[in-house]
Amino acid sequence: MDSELTGMTAAALAAAIAAGEVSAAEVTEAHLARIGAVDAQVHAFLHVAGDAARAAARAVDEQRAAGEVLGPLAGVPLALKDVFTTEDMPTTCGSRILEGWQPPYDATITRRLREAGMVILGKANMDEFAMGSSTENSAFGPSRNPWDLSRVPGGSSGGSAAAVAGFEAPLGIGTDTGGSIRQPAAVCGIVGVKPTYGGSSRYGLVSFASSLDTPGPLARTVLDAALLHEAFSGHDPCDSTSVDAPVPPVVAAARQADVSGLRVGVVPELGGEGYQPGVMARFGEAVELLESLGAKIVDVSCPHFSYALPAYYLIAPSEASSNLARFDGMRYGLRVGDDGTRSAEEVMALTRAQGFGAEVKRRIMLGTYALSSGYYDAYYGKAQQVRTLIIRDFEAAFEQVDVLVSPTTPTTAFPIGERADDPIAMYLADLCTIPSDLAGNAALTVPCGLAPEDGLPVGLQIMAPVLADDRVYRVGAAVEAVLADRRGHALLDEARGLDEARGIDNG
Amino acid sequence: MSIAREEVAHLARLSRLALGEEELDHLAGQLDQIISAVARVQEVAADGIPATSHAVPLVNVYRDDVVVPCLGAEKALAQAPAVDQQRFRVPRILAED
Repeated sequence: MDSELTGMTAAALAAAIAAGEVSAAEVTEAHLARIGAVDAQVHAFLHVAGDAARAAARAVDEQRAAGEVLGPLAGVPLALKDVFTTEDMPTTCGSRILEGWQPPYDATITRRLREAGMVILGKANMDEFAMGSSTENSAFGPSRNPWDLSRVPGGSSGGSAAAVAGFEAPLGIGTDTGGSIRQPAAVCGIVGVKPTYGGSSRYGLVSFASSLDTPGPLARTVLDAALLHEAFSGHDPCDSTSVDAPVPPVVAAARQADVSGLRVGVVPELGGEGYQPGVMARFGEAVELLESLGAKIVDVSCPHFSYALPAYYLIAPSEASSNLARFDGMRYGLRVGDDGTRSAEEVMALTRAQGFGAEVKRRIMLGTYALSSGYYDAYYGKAQQVRTLIIRDFEAAFEQVDVLVSPTTPTTAFPIGERADDPIAMYLADLCTIPSDLAGNAALTVPCGLAPEDGLPVGLQIMAPVLADDRVYRVGAAVEAVLADRRGHALLDEARGLDEARGIDNG
Repeated sequence: MSIAREEVAHLARLSRLALGEEELDHLAGQLDQIISAVARVQEVAADGIPATSHAVPLVNVYRDDVVVPCLGAEKALAQAPAVDQQRFRVPRILAED
């Protein structure tokens, strides 16, 4: 019964709970048992909130018993990235500087999930302050990829991705600043979406780069991602950058799953040299598949996309250096060296040196450099101009096509340790995802097969204009449906990393 | 070299990071590499192109001036590293002289 429940989609679980075929309490117990069985290996969670999860599930069962109408995902469990504040659970952002910190309030996303009757199983591991592409920058140790435990699950939302791919949770919440939802989803063989910037609230999300940070869903199917997207989206007066517009009809689009007549642009700048052959092969097949479904395929050049990565690594660190100034050891978090002899400034510098990890220090210093007088115009200023050029590339492209497609990330999951102290190599993982972050538009990754050379998942990225989030779901669902039909089973059934823990003989 | 070792030490001070010599040496090499790589933005950005600070254009956002509950002192101080008489206790800010 347990493995049946953990193998179900969120949509199926919600339907079964609403129909009274299974209780929310049983669903939560099954997932907590799965976490108990495999998380010592996967390390998807920094904190498992067993008691709070059980209480939330019981509340849903009581509401149902009382005849109340339940929300579309009531009783469904999920993994929440440890960057969202939770009043009843610690929030660390994967950092020593916030170790043990218990926030005094819930993030808007946290609150909306609770109001939807969803069950937060715990807080998912992440690269420290969401800076990284592997979870190796977590101060509490990396998560592992359920396809191959010696490899990274991507990052920074790698804990959420590993939890979903490892059947520890049917859904996950992540944040995308440079690709931190789509890249881990792609290398774990699941679906991940970066909504339009401002479509999901940042209130109570610990800031990394405020003009880029975007919360979004991770799931095993496109429909599940859409259901979660609708559950937490919508205008939030507590976030002044929140978009005051209706949530795009993403669930309807995921059910529509139709691309006939749609104009699809292939971006030649996102592919070719430096991309793994198996990634390009699967991407090429996905494009052919879209054509066979009636989409019109054209090449659309976006000449400035190759400058997106350098622009991002100036803009994001600049914003981070400013945002992370709040970690000064005065009002919350770690304080080091307060022995009565040192000044506040000395205590602050000692606290930050001890509390932050290597990548966070690199980015704070890089941002401080880019913003300092004498360098501002040459670095931060130029990067902001490049951002304009990238937005113009998208605008020109979307005059010709409805969506753009590319591989989600240039390679499959890389071995843990391979890029850990090589920042430039690590940054390349975000090559294809960054343009949509800089432009603030919507983008989704859906699995499009395994790379033949290593048997690891490849993601297809679909990008759409600002507030046209429904289009990426429509295309993603169409690709997903055909590939599942051809394969005859879900792609994740081929994941072997946890066979022993699952006790399943895949033959 | 796009960034000198002394400059890295200065950046660490501006960033309020008390880094050791070894850490500074290691970071200096990496920052030099990264700055050289990101300097590519200078190749394309010509004069006259406006800067984008926010992808989705924003105007000032106002809300009605309505009183809403805020954190009480107890909750606000609950996670403080040090508390003294219902206040955050902090190290001295001014030098002795």
